[in-house]
Amino acid sequence: MQKILMIVPAYNEEKNIRHVIADLRSCNVKVDPLIIDDGSMDNTAKVARSEGADVIVLPCNLGIGGAVQTGFKYAFENDYDIAIQFDGDGQHMACEIETLIKNVVEDKCDVAIGSRFLTATDFKSTFARKLGIKIFTIINSIIIGQRITDNTSGFRAYNRPAIKFLSRNYPDDYPEPEAIILLSKNKFRIMEVPVKMQQRQHGDSSINTLRAIYYMIKVVLAILIGVFRNVERKD
Amino acid sequence: MNHRIDILAILGSLFLCFLILELIRKKRLMERYALLWFASVLIITLFAVWRSLLDKLAAVLGIYYAPSALFLLALFCGLVLVLHFTLVISKLTEQNKTLTQSVALLKNKVDSIAEHVQCE
Ligand SMILES: Nc1nc2c(ncn2[C@@H]2O[C@H](COP(=O)(O)OP(=O)(O)OP(=O)(O)O)[C@@H](O)[C@H]2O)c(=O)[nH]1
Ligand SMILES: [Mg+2]
Repeated sequence: MQKILMIVPAYNEEKNIRHVIADLRSCNVKVDPLIIDDGSMDNTAKVARSEGADVIVLPCNLGIGGAVQTGFKYAFENDYDIAIQFDGDGQHMACEIETLIKNVVEDKCDVAIGSRFLTATDFKSTFARKLGIKIFTIINSIIIGQRITDNTSGFRAYNRPAIKFLSRNYPDDYPEPEAIILLSKNKFRIMEVPVKMQQRQHGDSSINTLRAIYYMIKVVLAILIGVFRNVERKD
Repeated sequence: MNHRIDILAILGSLFLCFLILELIRKKRLMERYALLWFASVLIITLFAVWRSLLDKLAAVLGIYYAPSALFLLALFCGLVLVLHFTLVISKLTEQNKTLTQSVALLKNKVDSIAEHVQCE
């Protein structure tokens, strides 16, 4: 029986978190939900605790990268075999976990990424965002020589070597596309799995137009520089 | 020769040196961050006072108006200082992140241990 940790980053998600935890409980795979409250201003931590989930409260806001990395550290220290990243806004679906972890459990890959775009889906998005995602697909595919269709997906599963590695090296803000390069450069096997995702239920997306521009520039710069970084994996 | 500007330069840099030393004495500035300041002040004062050296530098760089070379030098020193600060800030941010994570992980562990103790 594998020990599975759900790393759920949550920033001001008091309206969504209850539903997310209930969803994880209903999952046919046994998982331990760990909510990382990234210095929320609302009652995210309180609500999550009242639902019986384990909660880590960061004393100040680190952003999604630092928050998720805290989860990797927790997973490593507490001997988890698999860690799954799962958004706290209710967009990811617990019923897809079984599909996501299959290849990791069978040791066909170290990292599995849930992709919205592998099969034709009705996922709605703005034109700008679709363009951004397309750009990441092109850049990342060229760099790692493997086609990744959903570089911004935050629905991912990692095995223990990947957990160990990421607990020490994880990019900062908007880490998802960059992490793929980092993992690939350090010889982790990456696979994509088609999954469905939902639209946001409550609250606002953290990504507005200005942030999206910063997001693109920062991430592309980080990815390109990442190519010239030394390989850090030692195990 | 314009002596007023020389005197001004010397007074200015003396004041800056005094300020830096005083800040170190009051422990508001750490020695290791003061070194770059001293180096900058020293370089600029040297060229401001030693005119023939400045003229030579300007000639080497192909600058017709020698004081411009001084501005260039000062600007360069300023940029090096600013770069140094961003390096320090990056390091602090990284350390701050690691600390925040450790505190949060520890708090989580302490809370769960406290809960166990209460149950017994
Ligand atoms: N730790 C942490 N998590 C954050 C922060 N901002 C957003 N999140 C979480 O990251 C997850 C995804 O954030 P979203 O704003 O939905 O971003 P997205 O899913 O890429 O974009 P949408 O498709 O518009 O929802 C959610 O679980 C948020 O709670 C932050 O500053 N720190
Ligand atoms: Mg979202």
